[in-house]
Amino acid sequence: MTKKMATREGYGLELARLGEQLPHIVVLDADLSKSTMTHHFAEQFPNRFFNMGISEADLMGTAAGLATTGHVPFASTFAIFAAGRAFEQIRNSIAYPRLPVVVAATHAGLTVGADGGSHQAIEDIALMRALPGMTVLVPADAVEAAQMVQAAAVLGGPVYLRLGRSSVPQLARPDDYQFTVGRAELLAEGDDVAIFACGIMVQAALEARALLAQQSINASVVNISTIKPLDVAAIVEAARVTGCVVTAEEHSVIGGLGSAVAEVLAEHYPVPMERVGVLDTFGESGDPDDLLAKYGLTPNDIAEKSIRVWRRKRS
Amino acid sequence: MLEEVIRLDLQHLNQTAQQMRRHIVEMIVKAGSGHPGGSLSLADIMTALYFHAMQVDPQRPDWPERDRLVLSKGHAAPALYAALAMRGYFPVDELATLRQLGSRLQGHPDMKKLPGVEMSTGSLGQGLSAANGMALGLKLKGIESNVYVIMGDGEMQEGQIWEAAMSAAHYRLGNVIGFLDYNRLQIDGPVEFVKSVDPLGDKWRAFGWHVIEVDGHDIAALVQAIDQAKARTEQPSLLLCRTIKGKGIGFMENKAEWHGKAPKAAQLAEAIQSLQGGAQND
Repeated sequence: MTKKMATREGYGLELARLGEQLPHIVVLDADLSKSTMTHHFAEQFPNRFFNMGISEADLMGTAAGLATTGHVPFASTFAIFAAGRAFEQIRNSIAYPRLPVVVAATHAGLTVGADGGSHQAIEDIALMRALPGMTVLVPADAVEAAQMVQAAAVLGGPVYLRLGRSSVPQLARPDDYQFTVGRAELLAEGDDVAIFACGIMVQAALEARALLAQQSINASVVNISTIKPLDVAAIVEAARVTGCVVTAEEHSVIGGLGSAVAEVLAEHYPVPMERVGVLDTFGESGDPDDLLAKYGLTPNDIAEKSIRVWRRKRS
Repeated sequence: MLEEVIRLDLQHLNQTAQQMRRHIVEMIVKAGSGHPGGSLSLADIMTALYFHAMQVDPQRPDWPERDRLVLSKGHAAPALYAALAMRGYFPVDELATLRQLGSRLQGHPDMKKLPGVEMSTGSLGQGLSAANGMALGLKLKGIESNVYVIMGDGEMQEGQIWEAAMSAAHYRLGNVIGFLDYNRLQIDGPVEFVKSVDPLGDKWRAFGWHVIEVDGHDIAALVQAIDQAKARTEQPSLLLCRTIKGKGIGFMENKAEWHGKAPKAAQLAEAIQSLQGGAQND
């Protein structure tokens, strides 16, 4: 059994570790530090941790001000309150002046679970990727989340780091894997269909690949952990090899990874495509796994869409 | 002798403010759009800050130990631009490029374009949070500079202002000094008709701030109030500045219609005449 850990935990632990090395890191939270895992940093560096209370707009603005004095602020709260409630503060106080603030948003997507639809951000990628100059990162596991913290801390511009609540298995990949901003990760090769996934759906895509193999369909799986800037070359190459693609994300099918990939393919290499994601609807309360099943975000759903698009290619 | 020097200095500061008003009107007329009313109400405050209180070096706009100013009511950009140009951050001639394509003088201040602009502002309600962040950052670095922030009274209707007011008091940001341009008018009319914000002094005091009520057109009083605010090192201060929207130009004073409308070129002479009349009275 592989090790399981939530990406928010990988984030929080790495932030506390990196705090020693990089004294210019400061952390802000909005009364959720035990959930966003910034409490690890707060315990070790109380002078560099600012709890802004339940004031997300103020959280983003204060982070922006701190960034002007040579600090790299990590501003954390739930994705719904970061990208949603404080969207315009992120736009005008952080992205417009291109300040190096890392908006580290946890509890993204349906797997928030029992808190329900009001708390499940399924449109945050769409909102953040529309902002000029915003780097949008979605780790597939806790290891990648930690590497993204390191990359974001020295990037020098605004970053949206999308993190999840639920534990996810650590991906099987070489020990020397090093995340690089803007580079997609080819996890498995295949020439019948390409599956582009992000976040928790990367593991689901790998499981879908195994299901497809039973039917002699060879799928490639690409982890698109940088949604912006998108690795256009990797996407076009996988589409060229396979001739059809499926995207999988724990996000609305409108405006997220699926849309981003469709934009690239429409302009550079049009091939048949299917999207797995939340179908323009809000979520609801439930166990995370039950929610993923109800809203069509399982390995089976990815496999079905893969077969469908593979048939479309051949017809 | 000393009093004489101070009096002369005040006379000079008042002349500076009037010159600033002239730049404000001229650049808005040239641009054909902009916000004269709330820019003119700030001329004396800007003068007290850039020509007296603030430790800045126009030759080194990124000097880490400089005082900072955040113009939260970013639509008063002409007042900030005039002050920066007169202080030597960029040529005064450049004021004529306000709001034009390719200009560094954007309709609302852009810190990435123009030296001396400390924060990109314009979307109301956001400046105080940024100022607090700067103040926290300076404290972390052991720098004893002050962060000044100018807000509008209409802007008090933005909830984020009060979130940030709480933060500044909670973190005991004595290095934050706020100015509230209390001119009682906003775009749609008198603030009290649009949505009342009074009693502002009581509100800010209740939020934990040291409040100083001052005539926003009396530079000597402003200077004194700033000194008083600086002496409070463990509590943020708010200068509640009674001002006149459109101050200095007779036909604009106390008229909401001049919030966001440029005078016609034909009105420029009358505006300047009005300013000169006012200067003689001072």
